[in-house]
Amino acid sequence: MTFTFDGRPVAAEPGQSLAAALWADGVRSWRRTRHNDEPRGLFCGIGVCFDCLVVVNGVAGQRACLVEVRDGDVVQAQP
Amino acid sequence: MRYDVAVVGGGPAGLAAAAEAVRGDARVAIVDAGPRLGGQYWRHRAGSEPAELRRARSTADHLPNSPVWFAEPGPGLGFRLHTPGGPVRADRIVLATGAHDRCLPFPGWTLPGVVTVGGAQALLKGHGVLVGRRVAVAGAGPFLLAVAAGLAEAGATVVGVFEAGRLRGYAGHPRALSPAKLVEGGHYARVLARHRVPYRRGHVVVAAHGGEAVEAITVASGNRRRRVEVDALAISYGFTPQLELAVALGCDTRLDVDGSLVVSVDDDQRTSVPGVFAAGEVTGVGGSVLAQLEGVVAGRAVTGQPGDPRVLRQRQHARRFAAAMHDVHRPPAWIEQLADDTLVCRCEEVPYRTLRQAVELGATDTRAAKLLSRAGMGWCQGRTCGPAVACLTAHLNGRAPTAADHATFANRPLAQPVRLGDLAEPATPSE
Repeated sequence: MTFTFDGRPVAAEPGQSLAAALWADGVRSWRRTRHNDEPRGLFCGIGVCFDCLVVVNGVAGQRACLVEVRDGDVVQAQP
Repeated sequence: MRYDVAVVGGGPAGLAAAAEAVRGDARVAIVDAGPRLGGQYWRHRAGSEPAELRRARSTADHLPNSPVWFAEPGPGLGFRLHTPGGPVRADRIVLATGAHDRCLPFPGWTLPGVVTVGGAQALLKGHGVLVGRRVAVAGAGPFLLAVAAGLAEAGATVVGVFEAGRLRGYAGHPRALSPAKLVEGGHYARVLARHRVPYRRGHVVVAAHGGEAVEAITVASGNRRRRVEVDALAISYGFTPQLELAVALGCDTRLDVDGSLVVSVDDDQRTSVPGVFAAGEVTGVGGSVLAQLEGVVAGRAVTGQPGDPRVLRQRQHARRFAAAMHDVHRPPAWIEQLADDTLVCRCEEVPYRTLRQAVELGATDTRAAKLLSRAGMGWCQGRTCGPAVACLTAHLNGRAPTAADHATFANRPLAQPVRLGDLAEPATPSE
């Protein structure tokens, strides 16, 4: 399975979350904070902390640790 | 569909409660947020269900991907649980909503690569991904051992397990130890020894360093400090029960021995609200064995079956073990680690300085401190920083944290994030 992250193809296994697939690909952060412009990625891994937000197929505010990858997903960093 | 009993949460407590309620001839639903049963404890990849979980299953209806975002009494008798898939109606409910990692702030804890211990576990068990190649596991509690052992077995170099507690404690609680617990601890200790993973008691990670991601940590033991290179740090200090639904329904709460706000229950796992029972970590963090025993008690009581004296005795024993565990694995003096600019609230990026200013402006309770500083008002609604902000507000006011301090963050009208469309949806005529 493959999805794109900011235009770049990333491989994923069936059942994997977007966060897990990005992490396996070596990506540690996919968001910058509003005030301090700090990088953020996975923290709690179970949908509690909201640090891992991404835009999935145009829908913003998705928790990358909960969303299972679907083939062809278009994923972008949360603005 | 209307059920006799709805169990919220499909982890060890919820599954045990559901199985007993089914035995009591009730029509039972397990309403669970996850895609698969098991909760955090039996988290697994699709198609690889743990044997223990298979044994815990029953014929109860399973409603997956159904986070309950609001619970309310009525209409008429019973309760209505609102999920993204629509409302679930039940005469009685068992809350088995579990817990998530308890996080304490320290300089550098927002760097990518710093994750909760449960987060590292979820990545590995749920998705087959290692959190890092050189990993430190830190915080407090027996859970660190299990996760460190799993990471080492899966091929990570675990540079150390840094346990804040000093652990001479267990020797002082001989009555709390059961052979099963010793065997489990011994198993993880053997795995760690085989992989030459050092287990350090009385050691605290006081800082994480790096630019775009964590590159090193500072570990303190007494006055000694040393720097350890890592590409990931998994750190948590026990667990925080998920109380939103219990609080929304009006259940009485109390502070447990580990400082967590928990649901008060009687010997039958009844809460203060008629028809609402609670089992597992929401009534006090104690691990999966205690959670299952409480689930059994709740499942029998909610269907009017008499309590099983053997189970009640086992629950008593498991509770003693939990109390001993909390006594031994105490969080360190973490407030001393904070710098002025250490973020206390990750979402709203509130530094410790701002929280102190809020107290100087007159915030004597956590609710006021939250409103003035914005700590706990972001995306996660204080789920991550809540326990720390409650403790800090009390500390800055020169007092101990109270149940009211912690309740500030459990009191969320909506227990889960919800789309406006779901909120606007009228109740369907069929229900």
